[in-house]
Amino acid sequence: MWTIRAFEQGLEELFQRGLLHGTMHLSIGQEAVATGVCGALAEGDLITSTHRGHGHCLAHGADPERMMAELLAKESGYCKGRGGSMHIADVSRGNLGANGIVAGSMTIAAGAALAQQQQGSDAVVVCFFGDGAANEGAFHEALNLAGIWDLPVIYVCENNQYGMSMATARAAAGNDIAGRGAAYGLPGTKVNGNDILAVREATLEAAARARAGEGASLIEAVTYRYRGHSKSDRNLYRTREEITEWRDERDPIDAFTRYCTEHEVLSEQEITAASQRGKDTIKEAVAGAMTGAEPDPTELAGAAYAANPGMEGAA
Amino acid sequence: MTRTTYAKALAEAFRVALAEDERVFMAGEDIGIYGGAFGVTDGLLDEFGPKRILDTPISEEVIAGLAVGAAIVGQRPIVEMQFSDFIVNAMDPIVNQAAKLHFMYGGQVSVPMIIRGPGGGGTGAAAQHSQSLEAWFAHVPGLKVVTPATAQDVHDLLLASLLDPDPVVFLEHKLLYKVEEDVEFRSSIADTPAQLGQALVRREGGDCSIVAYSIMVPRALEAAEVLAEEGIDVEVVDLRTLRPMDTTTIRSSVKKTGRLVTAQEAPVPVSIGAEVAACVAGSDALDYLLAPIQRVGSLDVPMPYAKTLETATIPQTGDIVDAARRVMKD
Repeated sequence: MWTIRAFEQGLEELFQRGLLHGTMHLSIGQEAVATGVCGALAEGDLITSTHRGHGHCLAHGADPERMMAELLAKESGYCKGRGGSMHIADVSRGNLGANGIVAGSMTIAAGAALAQQQQGSDAVVVCFFGDGAANEGAFHEALNLAGIWDLPVIYVCENNQYGMSMATARAAAGNDIAGRGAAYGLPGTKVNGNDILAVREATLEAAARARAGEGASLIEAVTYRYRGHSKSDRNLYRTREEITEWRDERDPIDAFTRYCTEHEVLSEQEITAASQRGKDTIKEAVAGAMTGAEPDPTELAGAAYAANPGMEGAA
Repeated sequence: MTRTTYAKALAEAFRVALAEDERVFMAGEDIGIYGGAFGVTDGLLDEFGPKRILDTPISEEVIAGLAVGAAIVGQRPIVEMQFSDFIVNAMDPIVNQAAKLHFMYGGQVSVPMIIRGPGGGGTGAAAQHSQSLEAWFAHVPGLKVVTPATAQDVHDLLLASLLDPDPVVFLEHKLLYKVEEDVEFRSSIADTPAQLGQALVRREGGDCSIVAYSIMVPRALEAAEVLAEEGIDVEVVDLRTLRPMDTTTIRSSVKKTGRLVTAQEAPVPVSIGAEVAACVAGSDALDYLLAPIQRVGSLDVPMPYAKTLETATIPQTGDIVDAARRVMKD
């Protein structure tokens, strides 16, 4: 959680210094969902991510320097500078990729889960999606398929209260995304997404169910996005008080450190050291990424294809 | 050689692939118990079982999306759109996902999947079950588009598409399904002699090139017979794949004949015919042109229902003959 927050704050700083070329979506405030879910997964498990996916990527084991390099549009980035913030994948570690289309990964996750069944693997697939995605057709088609075929997939909704400016309560009829699981015969669980242990618990249960061949699950993790939707957001759709209240009273990192102190899991010094480690990691990642070479435009020809007979185009 | 239909030749290609490669599976609406709306997958469920032949709900977006997800983790999905018109419900997984993932993830994945289905009119199914949407997909970098015209080709090109690591939109024509031919079945996927991106000269001639694909290939060949009686020696080029497009074969044919007619069932504006014309106009083949290029295609309307209206809308052999006569006049 500390590393994710430091990563996002590092990006804000780079943006303010004019060093970031494209758009980005920060997940500050939502760190417990990515960390709680990915921490409950086993080696070989797969994830798909969203346009707000830096946290998922880091929590699933990505190298922060290669992520930074991607955001800084370097050849050494995960996608050679072709993807940027919304499209980071780290396939060798089982991150099948972030997706710039809302609900775009929901059907892909179903297919990856079907493949696990076909290949006799006991891996599970986690599909992160936002509250906004729950109103896309792909949500319904994917959950229905996962339901009828008992696919080993966990659909994790990060309900951060807003789909860009549209409040979940205004966008989702019934205002109960977890409850939609029942329509497809799936267990739907609503958890406090700012409580890393609650998220972890729900994920462990869903993963055990998937591994036992009992099928898919839906988890709605209720959380909050402190920053705007993207760089251009003027926060016209919510009050400063609302943001302050979530940040000061329900912050996931504060909640976890409180828990650790109260239950004597970690000492104050250890917590400070962990926080500092996150900051140092990101500082080094930025410094390392900055030294990378720019991507070479001459490598674009034919790059859309894995096999290119060199006949595209007419003239 | 086996005397068989386009539909059965395609089914035989599925059999070869399913028997040989356990990563291959098929999914789509009514492809299992029902045997497919056009009977193309008849018998495959009994032969290969429900783990390989998956009946899906009527959910085109997840049918296409599951193919993307399965392909990037090592499977070889072949998914069906019952009518190619329904592919419109699956545009996100095809255009935003399948076509882009290899590139936008910096080459970390490839997406070896085939999305196939019948297109075209002539069955009285009207506007929403008769379209020819190939140009939409040929426009998208990252996709390959295959449009087989013969029973041999539908068999061979399906196998060639399975050998390809990229997503293939494989468009059959529903009027071709029942056409009978002598076909040589391949016993293994790799035995296919077909390659994506290679056109074929179906008939050699010296006076005029007709560049066609899908059902317009047999119609162009019929037109060539008619024109031969008038002393016009027509060359017919079957594109076979629209992306990649074999520009070399098109240009050499035009350099030989000096005249070009393009033939497609899709409406003319902003279409494959335009791309073929541009590939000639933008090259040294332009210098060989003796007459303006003629493009043959459907009237610029949605497909009507009434037989007379439908026949008037879709280009027939006579329309190709007329176009060839026009280029010969100049």
